[in-house]
Amino acid sequence: MGFLHRNRGLSPYLLLAPGLLYLALFFLVPLGFLAYQSLQSGTFDVGYAFDWAWGNYWDAIRNYRGHFIRSLQYAGIATLLALLLGYPLAYWIAFRGGRWKNLLLLFIVAPFFVTYLIRTLAWETILADQGPVVGFLRDIGVLGSDGRVLATSTAVVAGITYNFFPFMALPLYVSLEQIDQRLIEAAQDLYASKWKAFVRVTLPLSLPGVVAGTLLTFIPAAGDFINAQLLGSPRTHMIGNVIQSKFLELTDYPAAASMSFVLMAAILLMVAIYARVVGTEKLTG
Amino acid sequence: MSAAPVAERARESESVWSRAWSFVRRHVLTVYAWLAFVYLMLPIAIVIAFSFNDPAGRYNYTWSGFTWDNWRNWDGVPGLRSAMVLSLEIALIASIVATALGTLIALALARYAFRGRGATNLLIFLPLSTPEIVLGASLLTLFLNLNVVFGFTTILIAHIMFCISFAVVTVKARLIGFDRHLEEAAMDLGANEWVTFRKVTLPLIAPAILAALLLCFAISIDDFVVTYFNSGPETTFPLFVWGAARIGAPPQVNVIGSAIFIVAVVGMVANVLFQMRRERSAATA
Repeated sequence: MGFLHRNRGLSPYLLLAPGLLYLALFFLVPLGFLAYQSLQSGTFDVGYAFDWAWGNYWDAIRNYRGHFIRSLQYAGIATLLALLLGYPLAYWIAFRGGRWKNLLLLFIVAPFFVTYLIRTLAWETILADQGPVVGFLRDIGVLGSDGRVLATSTAVVAGITYNFFPFMALPLYVSLEQIDQRLIEAAQDLYASKWKAFVRVTLPLSLPGVVAGTLLTFIPAAGDFINAQLLGSPRTHMIGNVIQSKFLELTDYPAAASMSFVLMAAILLMVAIYARVVGTEKLTG
Repeated sequence: MSAAPVAERARESESVWSRAWSFVRRHVLTVYAWLAFVYLMLPIAIVIAFSFNDPAGRYNYTWSGFTWDNWRNWDGVPGLRSAMVLSLEIALIASIVATALGTLIALALARYAFRGRGATNLLIFLPLSTPEIVLGASLLTLFLNLNVVFGFTTILIAHIMFCISFAVVTVKARLIGFDRHLEEAAMDLGANEWVTFRKVTLPLIAPAILAALLLCFAISIDDFVVTYFNSGPETTFPLFVWGAARIGAPPQVNVIGSAIFIVAVVGMVANVLFQMRRERSAATA
């Protein structure tokens, strides 16, 4: 018993050691190997050798610029859509849900209970050429008589939006739910209109949820390749599709590894810009 | 003589319209919320409906008749049962190991001030904010470079890795809102640290540990991307769906997807209702 007391300074490290060691071994070290691999040259048959092949990075950017830009665009649009769709819903549950809040939240999480690939395949069924959605859009003239939704960028963005929607809606809900209602009432007592009270009180207080939801949606969306694969066509392929096929089909490991790092760098850059924008908005608002 | 009733009717219809308008204004958010719920549920309804489909050909995309056969014959497709068994085994072991490691880290973070706290938080946060494709790719390069044979072990290693952070976050949230005085009281009454942990701390954080277990289980059983990179010849359920999707997924895939969904939802609803009842009885007590 005295052991714990005497070595009090040591006990947090004893608690941390197994888990952190695991993460170091199977998260950090692999990233190191990925970096090592990304600077190798050669071919799969002859073997790859490390020689500071920075050219892999330039090749990745030069040859696949379109895929990188498309990934960031799709992820950005899907994140924005999820925010616009999710905010009113999270607001309604937080302020009008009453004692059914937790049950209503289930609707938001429910998609997660259906395997990712299966729910994406369900969208394939819904958006199929002979399906009701396409039929309706053809009837009202939005699509031509042989227009399609599948295999377009619209389908891919729609799929990403749906699949990552809970990542957006849950943090939004959490931050809205924590808002002290009395602050909003106070604003209205001071003659703020409902809209003004929302813009000046509710919205700024929910900003942490907006930021968390945006990041949680954007980051996985930018690396996604399942929606582009199942709902899109080669013309809508994202960088994830390229990385995946280079690793697992073409066994061009150095190229795939360097692309992975470019993807991470691109995401970090976008996140940094976003943090900048949100930060200054908070200061001026 | 006819002017009065006409005016009356006009006023009546006007008031009907204005009443309808004010109804819409008051309930527009509610209507929107229910439309959003329909949007979220639509693919799930499709998945469940098509598990009862009796497809005419190889493709389970168009409705062609109701049947119970797919449910009766859920493992009538070669490879499906073994894929499901593998997924369950991996999810069970991964969630237990990851929750154990994650709980220890959470205890250290919530209980002790120690040097290296910031680095620890960063190491927990990084895997959560790395795109899955990069997690999968970096583990793949590690195993490739060390000539590890891909299979059960590599899948398990990967799943434990990406589950740990989720377990830490879940358990830590509970520990932070936790009354330290309860533990101090136990110690004042002569309990040593181990007894206090077993008799006071553990029962109090048990719900969080259970939540972490369930979350890890759900994430593991649903994972496709990381598993795809590190599975070698093995096939988990999501990988089975991926393979089947290329040649037309059989309705049995929908059966398993629906079954997982139903089990998860029943569990969640029961949990929410149980909490609501406990809250109400706590309020009346």
